[in-house]
Amino acid sequence: MAGRAGSGAGMVEGARWRKWVFFYIPLTVFVVGTLFPFYWMLVTAFRPDAELYRPWRAVNNTPFWTLHPTYEHFVYLFRETMFGAWLFNTMFIAIISTLISIFCGLLAGYSLARLRFPLAGALGTGIFVTYLVPATLLFIPLATIVRNFRLGDTPWSLILTYPTFLIPFVTWLLMGYFKTIPRELEECARIDGASRLRAMVQIVFPIATPGILSAGIFAFTLSWNEFTYALVFLQSPQQKTVPVGVVSELIRGDVFFWGPLMAGALLGSIPVALMYSFFVEHYVAGLTGAVKG
Amino acid sequence: MKPIAGGRGEAGQVAAHLPVAPALPRVRQTTRLLENERVLGWVLLVPTIVLLGLFIAYPFVRGVWLSLTSATVGVPGAFVGLKNFAKVWNDSIFQRAAYNTIVYTAIATVGKLGLGMWLALLLNRHFKGKRLVRASMLLPFIVPTVLSTFAWKWMFDPTFSVLNWSLYHLGIIQARIGWLTDPAIALGSIITVNVWRGMPFYAISLLAGLQTVSPELHEAAAIDGANSWQRFWRITWPLLLPVTTVVTLFSVIQTFADFQLVYVLTGGGPANATHVFGTYAYQVAITTGLLGEGAAASLAMFPILFVIVVIQLWYIRRVEAA
Repeated sequence: MAGRAGSGAGMVEGARWRKWVFFYIPLTVFVVGTLFPFYWMLVTAFRPDAELYRPWRAVNNTPFWTLHPTYEHFVYLFRETMFGAWLFNTMFIAIISTLISIFCGLLAGYSLARLRFPLAGALGTGIFVTYLVPATLLFIPLATIVRNFRLGDTPWSLILTYPTFLIPFVTWLLMGYFKTIPRELEECARIDGASRLRAMVQIVFPIATPGILSAGIFAFTLSWNEFTYALVFLQSPQQKTVPVGVVSELIRGDVFFWGPLMAGALLGSIPVALMYSFFVEHYVAGLTGAVKG
Repeated sequence: MKPIAGGRGEAGQVAAHLPVAPALPRVRQTTRLLENERVLGWVLLVPTIVLLGLFIAYPFVRGVWLSLTSATVGVPGAFVGLKNFAKVWNDSIFQRAAYNTIVYTAIATVGKLGLGMWLALLLNRHFKGKRLVRASMLLPFIVPTVLSTFAWKWMFDPTFSVLNWSLYHLGIIQARIGWLTDPAIALGSIITVNVWRGMPFYAISLLAGLQTVSPELHEAAAIDGANSWQRFWRITWPLLLPVTTVVTLFSVIQTFADFQLVYVLTGGGPANATHVFGTYAYQVAITTGLLGEGAAASLAMFPILFVIVVIQLWYIRRVEAA
């Protein structure tokens, strides 16, 4: 089926029905399938409990919309849980760990892309490999290390561990940018008496601004979305991030508070979705740049 | 698309021969040292090496050590050799988890690659609202996985599932389907969510690759009488192969080591039927507190991950050299 779409650009040749069968219908299915869970989140967040828990075969069940939208779940979220604190924690942790990662990644990326020194290649490979190390492999020993460093149950346990998966990504993305900047620019500055460091900070970094922005946006969403470390390292309700708070505090035993859960999921998704919508192109550049290494 | 290679250009050769000594009256020792490439190169890497060393290399070594001890929460434990590995290996839940992980990774990867490629080909055409559609397609990948997975969990709810409601009213089913409670289909439901979440990543990466494929190639092939199926397999697919391989290997690692999706949807249930390596290790180490055994369970992933990473590195090298 995919073959039909093989033509690079331009319109589909042939009869009109072919265009429907091979283009409009599949695309519509993709769009609906991709977005439906978000629509479902939205509807549930505003649906009163009485409608939420109506038996599935009930005659008056209208699952796809509600005629009685309510804010009760959002009120519950902010009154009965520490959702506000979770939002703040998530934001704080994401911003600081992104800044740390950009700082480290800028220096490391410049070093690996521009300078010649022994073991540079091996270090580059080493950093790339750490990018591929999944959290699942390390969370158990890290939990004991975080406890030994007395970081357990504090935002710093995450602020210091998130850069481990952000720095490699940022470094590799920025290396790509640095390699495209002509060396002559730097050399001119150095002939005029600027030190290497100064040329780096004042000449090279400003030119790499689009790359820094891409890396920053990507790093921010990655740390906003992180779950495994946050679940393992944080225990007290007031310390939690949005993903962990929603998972652990809105389920009591077997009872799921679906209204507040979906309201929380919605509010927890909006900041990244907004950020993404403002910087789609940068985000896509970061995403595809990360893959190409 | 930028070239994957991008090595040091010829400009570097010229630069290397220029004199470095700045003509300032009194240059401090450190400043002079930092003019040396060998010194500066390492100095700039210090923050990165410290953080990665402390929170990647050290935990890894410590994980290996933990897996060889009888450590539990708060108890350092004693050295027990490979006993944890033997115990985990013979545990039927672990065996099921290993099997599940492989099935999960294999089916989800094929699904994501197939659908992602298809979507990329669709998005590579010109149509009204293309930018909006393309941007919205990435949403599952942007939004926190745990939160969107909860929307799916609610859609899969045993009592209030909207999927069951729809299928029932379309006349397809009579009794409700236990999407996550029926051990026979729970893993399938989890794979569906994984494909939903990961497919956009493939689509957007492949789309970036597609945009570099020259339309003239397709036109020439079309003139020579190749149908679109042939054009895909003879032109698009070979040209996209480097991007496809890198994206797939990267995604295989993520899928293989997945944790959050399974944790949220089933927690490994019903009756331990859907555990993967990640959730099994979590249950043993964090829920039960057997750190040594849990570390052994999670390290069981290592050989396979290692092989994939080596292939990944080897492939990227090869592509860069070409």
